[in-house]
Amino acid sequence: MAEPMLVIRDLHVKVADTEILKGLSLSIGKGEVHAIMGPNGSGKSTLVNVLAGKPEYVVTSGAITFEGKNVLPMTVDQRAREGIFLAFQYPVELPGVSAWQFMKTALDSIREQRGEEPMDYRVFDKMWRQKIKDVGIDQELVKRSVNEGFSGGEKKRSEMLQMMVLDPKLALMDETDSGLDIDALKSVADVVNKRRGPEKAVLVVTHYQRLLNYIVPDFVHILIDGRIVRSGGAGLALEVEEKGYDWVREAMATA
Amino acid sequence: MTTTLTKHEQYLADFRVLEQAADGSAPAWLRQLRQEGMARFEQLGFPTARRGNEKWKYTNVAPIADAAFRYSASPKTSGVKTTALRRVAPWRKEWTTLVFVDGRYAPTLSSVPSDGGGLRVASLAEAFRTDEALIEQHLAKHAAFEDDGFAALNTAFLSDGAFIHAAGGDEHAPVHLLFVATDSTQPQVAYPRTLVVTERNTKLTLVETYVGLGDGAYFNDAVTEVVVGDGSAVDHYKVTLESANAFHVSMTRATVGQDALFSTTAFAKGGALARHDLHMALAGHGSSCKLNGLHLTAGREHIDNHVNIDHAAPYSQSYQYVKGILTGTSHAVYTGRVLIRKGAVKSNARQADKNLILSERAEVDTKPSMEIYCDDVKATHGATAGQIAEAEEQIFYMRSRGLDPKAAGALLIRGFVKEILDTVKLEPLRAFLDGVTDKALPEFQFEGFGDRDEQRER
Ligand SMILES: Nc1ncnc2c1ncn2[C@@H]1O[C@H](COP(=O)(O)OP(=O)(O)OP(=O)(O)O)[C@@H](O)[C@H]1O
Ligand SMILES: [Mg+2]
Repeated sequence: MAEPMLVIRDLHVKVADTEILKGLSLSIGKGEVHAIMGPNGSGKSTLVNVLAGKPEYVVTSGAITFEGKNVLPMTVDQRAREGIFLAFQYPVELPGVSAWQFMKTALDSIREQRGEEPMDYRVFDKMWRQKIKDVGIDQELVKRSVNEGFSGGEKKRSEMLQMMVLDPKLALMDETDSGLDIDALKSVADVVNKRRGPEKAVLVVTHYQRLLNYIVPDFVHILIDGRIVRSGGAGLALEVEEKGYDWVREAMATA
Repeated sequence: MTTTLTKHEQYLADFRVLEQAADGSAPAWLRQLRQEGMARFEQLGFPTARRGNEKWKYTNVAPIADAAFRYSASPKTSGVKTTALRRVAPWRKEWTTLVFVDGRYAPTLSSVPSDGGGLRVASLAEAFRTDEALIEQHLAKHAAFEDDGFAALNTAFLSDGAFIHAAGGDEHAPVHLLFVATDSTQPQVAYPRTLVVTERNTKLTLVETYVGLGDGAYFNDAVTEVVVGDGSAVDHYKVTLESANAFHVSMTRATVGQDALFSTTAFAKGGALARHDLHMALAGHGSSCKLNGLHLTAGREHIDNHVNIDHAAPYSQSYQYVKGILTGTSHAVYTGRVLIRKGAVKSNARQADKNLILSERAEVDTKPSMEIYCDDVKATHGATAGQIAEAEEQIFYMRSRGLDPKAAGALLIRGFVKEILDTVKLEPLRAFLDGVTDKALPEFQFEGFGDRDEQRER
């Protein structure tokens, strides 16, 4: 197995006094693509949000390390600057905030963390235009306020654009495929596949095998009731698609 | 007895002094108008925030009523320098500028072109001599004081102020009325008064700025009347930058003629209490009015925007958009009442307000309403009292991209104000307001995340 990037050990997480993650362990190595599937409410978004550092998710026990560093004491922005990126299931709107300005500020914060100077704005602008083309997002859309009045699919593309610009080490994608038409889906997959490399890792949360036809994962995990109950290769997703989660539950019961 | 004068008696005593000082020089009708104002104030007094008084439901003016503000009929204007004004107020050489210090016209600080073409700008005191007939025709005819103690008081002390008469289709230089309050050991009251009359087919850009030079307590009781002639367009800005301990109560009355437009942008920051009562009467066929508002309140500041729009003619249009940013324990009140009268067919009214609440202890009371007595109209209103949770989500989202809380808050606030500041057509003023907002940003930090981060166990 590749050198580990993200290690989660026996993670317990509470939201509003209810335990959602109940002892979850997962290890993601450099260069790997992992997929997480699971029924509604099983805790998939909770997992990625807790990795990103969302304050209302309280870690009651367990450990998370990223590149050997303890993640838990880090704030959300520290984690982002370390190279963790979450493409949200429901991205929020930022009225009056220009995407260009937002991403320039974000990228410069990340660069500062690495001891680099802010990016020259012309260099940034050139890169920005290139990424817009790569993601295939409408030029006019990007000129508007971040996500304001965007359709569901447009918001997802806007998340992909941000991911491309910030170029994180670990990309967490929460149902980026939901609500996308087939062309958009392909272009999202394209973006992810282009980013594949020995230093990058991806964790995609999805309900559908469809996405995994385009982004072929190295590992698939099934999350039920706050625990990973089964892990396997890309074939596991197909099996789940065919037989449903009850099959996993039954297999667990008889195991 | 003098030491135990009740508050009202103090105003009355100051009024008598003024009466004697101005004896003879003021026209008889003006003296009578003042007396009516004083008589009305004596009957009404200051409003109380009692139940049933919708106009003053959320704003308590007891701090004004209880304070002993003194009036000076001839304040010294010599201590104020132009350089000081340029630091705190918008300023352009090419503008026609009238400066008032503690309510008194300061000619040496002002710049009025000797030949303004069709534009005449002067102090009211001077204009009483030169333009008496026109003034008598309009003064106090739009800003009624029958049921408003503050307007009555302002009228009682009406002796100076700004007079603007614009005619002709040429583009006139912007006019800036700058009302400056100085610090003094004894808290002062001033009664800024403005009368603007535009003839038909005239364009006028007008800025009213109220600014405090120190941080002491004072009270500005202001009244502005604007008559927009048929086919004219007045681009009006009200910039309120009173000092943190100041009280500001102002009334603006605009009467808009046929096919005319009154557009106003109200920017307010600071002041222990700032109340703006804006009434726009759409009197002429096809008349329109626009209000874009932005206010920033911090600490214990209180702001109250009381807006009335009266659609009295067919094809009249109104638009209101008021935004507020609140922090600390500040309080913002917005009442927006639109009346569409019978006969105002094909009228169109839009109304919205939005708030960005950065602190859990800040409070917003917003009350938009529309009274429609006509079938054939279009009217929409939407109020969004911004939830602190909404801002929290937005800040979290930005932080998840690497921005620290400060940078995220700054970007969010900048975005929020941009929508209003972008509507400021007068570029130097827009730049000035941008600067004021920027400078205020450190005060408008987003509260609430630091604590939560600590909650994380281990
Ligand atoms: N902020 C919150 N407050 C209260 N309950 C929450 C919160 N976030 C999640 N939950 C609850 O935690 C459980 C897991 O939610 P989560 O969003 O992680 O599920 P999911 O696996 O992503 O589901 P889906 O497939 O529908 O997106 C659900 O029962 C949900 O109602
Ligand atoms: Mg989810």
